[in-house]
Amino acid sequence: MIGFVRLLARNQLALAGGVVLAIVVVIAAAAPILPLQAPQVTNTADRFLPPFSDGHLLGTDHLGRDLLSRLIWGTRLSLSVGFAAAVIAAVIGSAIGIVAGYFGGRIDNVVMRGVDMLMAFPYILLALAIVAALGPGLLNALIAVAAVNIPFFARNIRGVTVGIAGREFIDAARLSGKGHLAILTTELLPNVVPVIVIAMSTTVGWMILETAGLSFLGLGSQPPVADLGSMLGEARSALITNPHTSLVPGLMIFVIVMSINLLGDGVRDALDPRLRSGALSRPQPATTVRRTGPVPDGPGAGALDLQRLETRFHVGRRVFRAVNEVSLTVGRGECVGLIGESGSGKSVTALSVMKLVSSPPGVITGGAVFREGDDLVGARHDTLRRLRGDRVAYIFQDPLSTLHPLMRVGDQLAEAIRVHHAVGRDALRRRAVELLKAVRIPNAESRIDAYPHQLSGGMRQRVGIAMALANDPDIIIADEPTTALDVTVQAQILALLDDLRRERGLSILFITHDFGVVAQLCDRVAVMYAGQIVEEGPTGEVLDRPGHPYTRRLIACVPELGGGRRQLHAIPGLPPAVDALPAGCAFAPRCDKTRDACRQGPIALERRGRRAVRCLYPEHAAHAPEAAQ
Amino acid sequence: MGAYILKRLVSAVPVLLGITVIVFLIMAMIPGDPATAILGSYATPDNVEKLNRDLGLDKPLVQRYFIWLGNMVQGDFGRSFSLNRPVLDEILERFNATLILAGTSFVICALLGILAGVVSAARQYGLADKAITFAVLIGISIPSFFLGMMMILLFAVNLRWLPVSGMYAIYGGGDLPDLLRHLAMPATALAVVATGVIARLSRSAMLEVLRQDFIRTARAKGVPERGVIWRHALKAAMVSIIPVLGIQAGFVLSGSVYIEIVFQWPGVGRMLVDAILTRDILLVQGGVVFVAACYVMFNIVVDVAQSLLDPRIKP
Repeated sequence: MIGFVRLLARNQLALAGGVVLAIVVVIAAAAPILPLQAPQVTNTADRFLPPFSDGHLLGTDHLGRDLLSRLIWGTRLSLSVGFAAAVIAAVIGSAIGIVAGYFGGRIDNVVMRGVDMLMAFPYILLALAIVAALGPGLLNALIAVAAVNIPFFARNIRGVTVGIAGREFIDAARLSGKGHLAILTTELLPNVVPVIVIAMSTTVGWMILETAGLSFLGLGSQPPVADLGSMLGEARSALITNPHTSLVPGLMIFVIVMSINLLGDGVRDALDPRLRSGALSRPQPATTVRRTGPVPDGPGAGALDLQRLETRFHVGRRVFRAVNEVSLTVGRGECVGLIGESGSGKSVTALSVMKLVSSPPGVITGGAVFREGDDLVGARHDTLRRLRGDRVAYIFQDPLSTLHPLMRVGDQLAEAIRVHHAVGRDALRRRAVELLKAVRIPNAESRIDAYPHQLSGGMRQRVGIAMALANDPDIIIADEPTTALDVTVQAQILALLDDLRRERGLSILFITHDFGVVAQLCDRVAVMYAGQIVEEGPTGEVLDRPGHPYTRRLIACVPELGGGRRQLHAIPGLPPAVDALPAGCAFAPRCDKTRDACRQGPIALERRGRRAVRCLYPEHAAHAPEAAQ
Repeated sequence: MGAYILKRLVSAVPVLLGITVIVFLIMAMIPGDPATAILGSYATPDNVEKLNRDLGLDKPLVQRYFIWLGNMVQGDFGRSFSLNRPVLDEILERFNATLILAGTSFVICALLGILAGVVSAARQYGLADKAITFAVLIGISIPSFFLGMMMILLFAVNLRWLPVSGMYAIYGGGDLPDLLRHLAMPATALAVVATGVIARLSRSAMLEVLRQDFIRTARAKGVPERGVIWRHALKAAMVSIIPVLGIQAGFVLSGSVYIEIVFQWPGVGRMLVDAILTRDILLVQGGVVFVAACYVMFNIVVDVAQSLLDPRIKP
């Protein structure tokens, strides 16, 4: 609750709205004790006095009545009627919603059908019909506005109730012998109240507006009593000659509704967990770069050269060091595997290459990525965009969410080419068919017009690969492209990638958590743990003689076909959170060989020939750093 | 597609029936004797009885409903006693004017609202976003009838750019430019609130979509940012924007009541208010049913548009 108030107070606009509304409410509530003139005493000699006249601060209306007094009394009436309508609508609507949602079945069906019918009406029309039947009058207008808003509450609250009614604590209460009424009031209601409050805070402004509207039309409060709406309605005939009589009530309605809306938005934001976490921030077209310290010099080696790359996530005050000084080279025509558990930073490393990490919260804080001598991290967005998909292409995991659901796969393929090269329509289509054939999709000519949801997972993944191949790139970065697939399809896709690499001389950076996949495809492999590379070397050597204890344990996780000698071990414990890394080796807490020295301070990645290991006590003495020998 | 439209039309039948039941029940709530309510307390008993018979009020409720419904299906909405002409003739004449006003307004609020929402989302927390968010806040807080009155003061009285009210000039008008001059203010005033609501929802729908994986794919393909926003993101966001357009169409259609009063627009809204004040029950009943039915039909159009956009909706 305190957190909620603090969040609300931090939102300055909401605070301003709350203050203004409070002032208006206090003045309106104090109307009987304020030294005001009687609001209904007419004095035709003083008709239409302008504002700031003697004795009439806001002037007088067409019957010589004091406008200030009428404004305050009218505000009092409008506020009371609006709030009353909101409370009535909320109570009845929520009651209907809770009953329908809790009991479900036929009751729910019948009630919600009725609600749907009511919602089929254009909003104000229904209020008009009710007023037409009951006759003009403020009370009738109140009933009409409340009635029209009941379906809104009923539907919202029902939805929430259905969600809660299925939860365990409701079942527990039922089993403990509580009656329906007790469960509804003691278990369900407290959980629904925040939603009711949000719904009220967003609708009370509407209801004040609607009652004022009905009064404006002459269907609400009747003379001589006036709320803000009927004041405005009466002033309309004198709009051109004496606009101040219209401005006074009109501006007041505006101020009230605006302050309620500001406050309501603040309440909704403070109660919405997604907004609190900042999860609704829009990712920028490229990852933000804020490099501190020296930037590595080029030109770099191989097709792609990552040097001391650092990517962090800033979430609130916490800083997650997702990629921590990662250096990795991919040679021309080479396939390098980057392997690690989920959360090790391997995907973020891959996305950092073309600055595709979501920003906010991601920031590249150091290092460089060299491609043909140029640093991609420092490149302008337009330079980067021209390379994306043309020279450096990505294949992503889970093609159902990575393909656009509302575009035909052929169009998505064609677009990949079109944004880089001027090609005619027919040529584009031919090329798209060729690409689908290249990734062995049967009936490519007809599949090209399919939407992603009409294809199987394996087919969609092939489309993803075809898209990456569209412009014959030099480098492909494949981020777990086979994880979502079953084993046979996985094998086919890997074979396909391998063929393409040999045919086209592609360089591939292959991200995976599966050593089996690495063994099939990769020339070299780098093992990542808690944002750092802990071991690197030729695939065969690393598999046969792992240097880092973590690598050894990771390899032990892979079952061997027909072997049966090796036992399958899951690694106990979890990787450390990368916002609170230990001082020494990040793997030390899970390692069975940990000694004191492991926890002392940072451990360097020691390079010996083609192998590199970040460990003081590696599995084989040959890898050991000199200091420890 | 044809099958889908047919299916939606069939499913609209119970909704339409429900609407007639609701309107009928509301009208049956009229306290006391409707004929006395209509004729006033000085009416002679003979006249009251005759009117009751004419209105069919001497029969039981259910029977009255079916007679009323049966007549309506045949195009007989009854006779307005205040205007002394068939209700349907009056409605059709007036609805034309409302349709011009509400239709124009709807086009304005849909285009402007989506545009503002997309720009706002694309420049989240930037200057344009803040300016739009602020304008939207004012737009959804200002009563349309008050806004209309202020527009009259500014554009018609002070600047003399546009006519004060009405649909056509009394002398020498009647052509399209004349209509547009008369339409400009009321259509804008009516569109403001809906524009704000659509802008808000478009903004949050766009922000939701921009976080999706397929947007990252588009960026990885090298699609220019303009294409990412307007082609990829907006297309996906339209799936949540279109239903909002349907709801806002209802607000614009019924909100035209206020605007028609302020600008003396000869539409259904003004007719309804006059009918309520003169207790012309049949005219109110017919008008409400007619407009609500049109809105139901419009929503079918919205659903069809949605199914054209989203191939995952099985026709």
